[in-house]
Amino acid sequence: MMASSYNAKEEDGHHHPGSVGSGGPGGVKSKKPDNTAFKQQRLPAWQPILTAGTVLPAFFMIGLIFIPIGIGLFVTSNNIKEFEIDYTGVDMSSPCFNCSQNYSWNSTSSCSCSVPFTLDQAFESNVFMYYGLSNFYQNHRRYVKSRDDSQLNGDKSSLLNPSKECEPYRTSDKKQIAPCGAIANSLFNDTLELFYIHPNGSRFAINLVKTGIAWWTDKHVKFRNPAGGDGNLSIVFQDTSKPVNWRKPVYELDPNDPDNNGFINEDLIVWMRTAALPTFRKLYRIIQKKKDNMTPTLPPGDYILEVTYSILTINVTPDYPVRSFDGRKRVILSTISWMGGKNPFLGIAYITVGSVCFFLGVVLLFIHHKYGNRNNNADIPN
Amino acid sequence: MALCTGEESWVDSRTVYIGHKEPPPGTEAYIPQRFPDNRVVSSKLIIDTPTSPMTSGLPLFFVITVTAIKQGYEDWIRHKADNAVNQCPVHIIQHGKVVRKQSRKLRVGDVVQVKENEVFPCDLILLSTSKEDGTCFVTTASLDGESSHKTYYAVQDTKAFSTAEEVDTLHATIECEQPQPDLYKFVGRINIYLDRDEPIARPLGSENLLLRGATLKNTEYIHAVAIYTGMETKMALNYQSKSQKRSAVEKSMNAYLIVYLCILISKALINTVLKYVWQADANRDEPWYNQKTEIERQRHVIIRAFTDFLAFMVLFNYIIPVSMYVTVEMQKFLGSYFILWDDDMFDEEIGERPLVNTSDLNEELGQVEYVFTDKTGTLTENNMELRECCVNGHVYVPDAICNGQVLPGAAGMDMIDSSPGVEGKEREELFFRALCLCHTVQVKEEETVDSIKRGIHQGKSTSFYISSSPDEDSHMEILNREDEMERFELLEVLNFDSVRRRMSVVVRSSSGEFFLFCKGADSSIFPRVVSGKVEQVRARVEHNAVEGLRTLCVAYKKLSQEEYEEMCHLLNSAKLALQDRDKKLAEAYDVIEKDFILLGATAVEDRLQDKAADTIESLHKAGIKVWVLTGDKMETAAATCYASKLFHRNTQILELTTKRTEEQSLHDVLFDLSRTVLRQQGSMTRDTFSGLSGDFQDYGLIIDGATLSAVLKPTQEGSSSGGNYKEIFLEICRNCSAVLCCRMAPLQKAQIVKMIKASKEHPITLAIGDGANDVSMILEAHVGIGIMGKEGRQAARNSDYAITKFKHLKKMLLVHGHYYYIRISELVQYFFYKNVCFIFPQFLYQFFCGFSQQPLYDTAYLTLYNISFTSLPILLYSLMEQHINMDILKRDPSLYRDIAKNSLLTWPTFIYWTFLGVFDAVVFFFGAFFLFDNTTFTSNGQLMATNTQMMFGNWTFGTLVFTVLVFTVTLKLALDTHYWTWINHFVIWGSLLFYVIFSLLWGGIIWPFLNYQRMYYVFMQMLSSGPAWLSIILLVIVSLLPDVVKKVLCRALWPTTTEKIQNADKLYKGHLSEFTPLSSLHAPPLRKHDRPGNDSQIHTHRRSESSPTKKLMCTYWGGKPDYCTFSSFLRLGDNPRFSGAAFAYGAPGPETSV
Repeated sequence: MMASSYNAKEEDGHHHPGSVGSGGPGGVKSKKPDNTAFKQQRLPAWQPILTAGTVLPAFFMIGLIFIPIGIGLFVTSNNIKEFEIDYTGVDMSSPCFNCSQNYSWNSTSSCSCSVPFTLDQAFESNVFMYYGLSNFYQNHRRYVKSRDDSQLNGDKSSLLNPSKECEPYRTSDKKQIAPCGAIANSLFNDTLELFYIHPNGSRFAINLVKTGIAWWTDKHVKFRNPAGGDGNLSIVFQDTSKPVNWRKPVYELDPNDPDNNGFINEDLIVWMRTAALPTFRKLYRIIQKKKDNMTPTLPPGDYILEVTYSILTINVTPDYPVRSFDGRKRVILSTISWMGGKNPFLGIAYITVGSVCFFLGVVLLFIHHKYGNRNNNADIPN
Repeated sequence: MALCTGEESWVDSRTVYIGHKEPPPGTEAYIPQRFPDNRVVSSKLIIDTPTSPMTSGLPLFFVITVTAIKQGYEDWIRHKADNAVNQCPVHIIQHGKVVRKQSRKLRVGDVVQVKENEVFPCDLILLSTSKEDGTCFVTTASLDGESSHKTYYAVQDTKAFSTAEEVDTLHATIECEQPQPDLYKFVGRINIYLDRDEPIARPLGSENLLLRGATLKNTEYIHAVAIYTGMETKMALNYQSKSQKRSAVEKSMNAYLIVYLCILISKALINTVLKYVWQADANRDEPWYNQKTEIERQRHVIIRAFTDFLAFMVLFNYIIPVSMYVTVEMQKFLGSYFILWDDDMFDEEIGERPLVNTSDLNEELGQVEYVFTDKTGTLTENNMELRECCVNGHVYVPDAICNGQVLPGAAGMDMIDSSPGVEGKEREELFFRALCLCHTVQVKEEETVDSIKRGIHQGKSTSFYISSSPDEDSHMEILNREDEMERFELLEVLNFDSVRRRMSVVVRSSSGEFFLFCKGADSSIFPRVVSGKVEQVRARVEHNAVEGLRTLCVAYKKLSQEEYEEMCHLLNSAKLALQDRDKKLAEAYDVIEKDFILLGATAVEDRLQDKAADTIESLHKAGIKVWVLTGDKMETAAATCYASKLFHRNTQILELTTKRTEEQSLHDVLFDLSRTVLRQQGSMTRDTFSGLSGDFQDYGLIIDGATLSAVLKPTQEGSSSGGNYKEIFLEICRNCSAVLCCRMAPLQKAQIVKMIKASKEHPITLAIGDGANDVSMILEAHVGIGIMGKEGRQAARNSDYAITKFKHLKKMLLVHGHYYYIRISELVQYFFYKNVCFIFPQFLYQFFCGFSQQPLYDTAYLTLYNISFTSLPILLYSLMEQHINMDILKRDPSLYRDIAKNSLLTWPTFIYWTFLGVFDAVVFFFGAFFLFDNTTFTSNGQLMATNTQMMFGNWTFGTLVFTVLVFTVTLKLALDTHYWTWINHFVIWGSLLFYVIFSLLWGGIIWPFLNYQRMYYVFMQMLSSGPAWLSIILLVIVSLLPDVVKKVLCRALWPTTTEKIQNADKLYKGHLSEFTPLSSLHAPPLRKHDRPGNDSQIHTHRRSESSPTKKLMCTYWGGKPDYCTFSSFLRLGDNPRFSGAAFAYGAPGPETSV
């Protein structure tokens, strides 16, 4: 509702008693709307209509493009060699059964087991070694937010006063934990080693490269060790405590390589990128191709996976415990292609969608042929 | 003493002490009353927030801010306007002096002095004026739009108190009814205490009441006493009654919202329950790697469950499209400018463009099923031209009548009958005298205003006529006399009202004879006539009425002295009555106005408006039922209806009139008609019921006011059969393509609208009218349209939209309404769709993250999705979309049927959109899921400089889903857009580009103010991965595929009319609108409907051709140096404005107050 006086005002503007129909020429002009194309809603426009005729080419095009792409993807994906070893140790027969069992351990000793496996095909080029966990909810909300990015970025104040989000992994023994939070605390700490068994029975350790597995930006920008201590990380981290489940503090993650130690340890960085789904795999090591290019990176033959468990202090089991929540631990060896790792889904999806489009195109062609003429006829029955 | 009798029922009256002086002690024991001060409060400070309470963060804040700004702005404007009124100075008489006061401090009982051209600050009783006779002139243009000057009278006994000092000595009290909104009704009494104790009681009527908002004219100053102030003034009471209208789209929007609210709650509930089922295992609830804090553990399980539920609600709340309300508001507000800007609807003549008083109902214009139109001034021009007069059975056409005399030398062709004899001559004289005297027209000159008593006035060429009725103006030019001066003394005026449909004057001629002249509608004159050539006149009147002319009968009677005195006594006693004055007056009039001698009749033509017939025909083709509601008589109205093609020649007319109900009982007539109609309905198939097919007999119904009130009357108890007259009547109406309601009182117009509104289909109604008598129906109908016409602006002001001509209704409904509806329905559906797409993946994600309320998307994406990534394309779409060319819409009204009954917002379409949203969401989520699950979804690093292989985490997963989402949702809109201007291109591609740029930026920097850096380089890493690109393309195409296939198949197999036209238009490459006759697109049977219409078209042409000659005539008369002004008459027809408004407000008169 408008105020009465408001109306009266408006009245004055529009209506002159006694002179109806003879508003001055100036008044007429000002009220006449501008005749622009926009105001008259007559802007030039492209007016496409989705008809069977117009979408037909698009459907055939999609079909013709998608099917080859799909086939290409599928073939590429199939050419990728992948080998998976489950070393959870659920079965009695499994070599890692013992280590996964609960019994008292001498805390100083460690448990290790050897899992033999055979590769039937040679793995060419770089081979990527992953560890896979299942039923491990890295994407649980409480878990995802339990970290302090500024602490990991080397912020001094956050180092000594980490975010509240890290609770209950924020302090231990009245010292701040570095790196704090549930994610860092549960860092995957099984040590995996790979040995090639030469047909003559000798065992060669395969060189596993532990750098270059994290995002470049993560390693160089997002994660940083706190400054100070003249490069001696033990001094920098002296007022902090190690995460409760860790055996060694953060500055001893890779004592041999200062560029892979502390917060910029790539195993830590990889682990800190929380997985999207409860079953996930993370890059562990890279086996680089031989320099000579003559022999494959991993020739076919027998291999041994040597797993060394570190003991988590709060836990009674010696290994990285997954059995409590029916988890599985795997090691995956894989080559990659231009489209990444083994991924049959994308290829199949492309082929399916391409065929469906092609089929729809045929159906539409039929419909267009049969009904199109009828519709485009000018006479419209109504 | 009348005082005592009414004592008890006077609770509803007020006593006003003039000048705040107590009456002499012992006269009456009045109850002191408190009256409010004169402050007007129309601003309100309540912010009405949009519905959803469960919204968090910026979107809600944004919505509230925008709404608050809009409301606050409007409130500020109102407040400013209020302030301006409240502050403006008024002059009050205090202790014999004139004192300036602020308007808001004015109190009831204050004596106010108002000068010329000032606006009355409150409702006042006129005490005295600067003129001796105690009259003043007032224009109520801002109240009811009537620009004419009306005369108001001071109380006879106080008119001598003309100076401030004198007024101060006045000692009187006023008793009057409590405030009521009826502008034209007022009953009160003033008790004047002169020297003695015994007060003199005088009646007060609306002629004494000066209304707030009216302006004093041609009077130097007046003194008046305030009786209603502030929000109690009649004007304030009138404006309060306007209620908020809601459109059908808004209603379905709210219904959808409730559905989505239920979905939201059930989603949250399901997830909460599942969470606790899943968590039953302690190792899942709290695995070793993810311990809870002590505080969390101690929390009671119910509290935990409740907070979980709330957390889920917050997570999913985006499914409620809060921003939709803002977008809808903006769309309506901005969209309404297209009506304002429309060149076609600009009226060159008046220099006016359409008015949009509310933008809330834009889309309702596309949903109209019933149009209720006024006749005079709406369908017709309300530009009266005298066509002929019939005096004593002889017919004269205007050429033969000059200056009030029949020119004896006029050619025979002008004189339809042979020249009248001597007796005829006498009658002629009387006839024109009656027309001259029986009127309310006043002659206005530069300075002097003369009342008509003087009879003849020396006019200059500058003088013009001021009349409260435009009918009267039209006769001024014709009814001039140049010869002798005759002097008549005006004794009494029996004012016009719409119940009696006549008015009378009593005059004394110079020779001392008393005459009573009466003019009025034929139906109210003929029964009261005792002699005269009734038959001939009646035949002529009926003939004229059939031609569509407005007729008026004139009669007179001679009064003897005794009769006159008796009459005066009767009138005075009626006028003095405080209770039931109107009723008593009506009775008195009834006694006085009888035994007439018929003089003759006049016929005035009111031409049809330009393209009115074409408009009505278009509306019919658009499936809109047009009802004409008029106060005019049946024959005239029916003729107009034929001329305007409302009825065709082959329309079978069903009459439901008093004439028929006199012969049969109403019951029988109703059942007869319904049988006729239903028989037809039974024999036809569903398809032909569209009303367009040729073999379908269409019906037109004519009903008059009296019969209608009988039909609508609540039935007497006991009679079982009469219970559903209303239902039968509605059934008949439903089957008639056109209905004409004549002899309607304004309130009945509103009643009809209300009845149709309440009928079981709940159709959308539109009322269009130009006069104050249409205001009630304009307010009642879903959409009210006012015509800025001759009868003032009250209709325009109370309407939702105002246009200048009836023909503009066509473009308003068929083009603008259609577009608005298409646009807003897509807007609403799209908003729900895009939010389902947005939130459903998040819901699915809960199943894979342990029901932990982990959001799938980053906070920035959650917040900005509705605000910036997807908001502008749909807003632009909803402003620009034109699925069909404007010209085609105009040429082919049947397209309007395609969107009738809210067809784009039905439940099936809503469910389709929702399922489409769910499907798309499933595609997004599981597409990404299968890419991430069980595979190494990686970038191979070759795109990056370093030769690394990277793993993607949960944020990359969310970003992938979100990217597909934004692209799909935007491209879906692009597929729906039929009208791509550069703006659409700019906004659609621009917002996609904006998304990409924003994401690059958002992930490109370590933002120092954020305590998490989870999005750092996520988007770039994703884009550097080949499979991500491939999957984005794949998922977008898969999501869009079903909708495209559905659209194409529907178009090919079951096309709607709209789609056929689009196809045809495409075929002719857009030239359809210009070159192809659209009739070729239609079935031929329509053609034969055109024929009667063509005839009347020719008819109209012929008439309009004759108009220039008439104009010439007028100038000829105007050029006369010394012409005498007489006045005119004609207050009948269908614009009884005074009584009209009385009915419109329908407020209880004093007789109902106890």
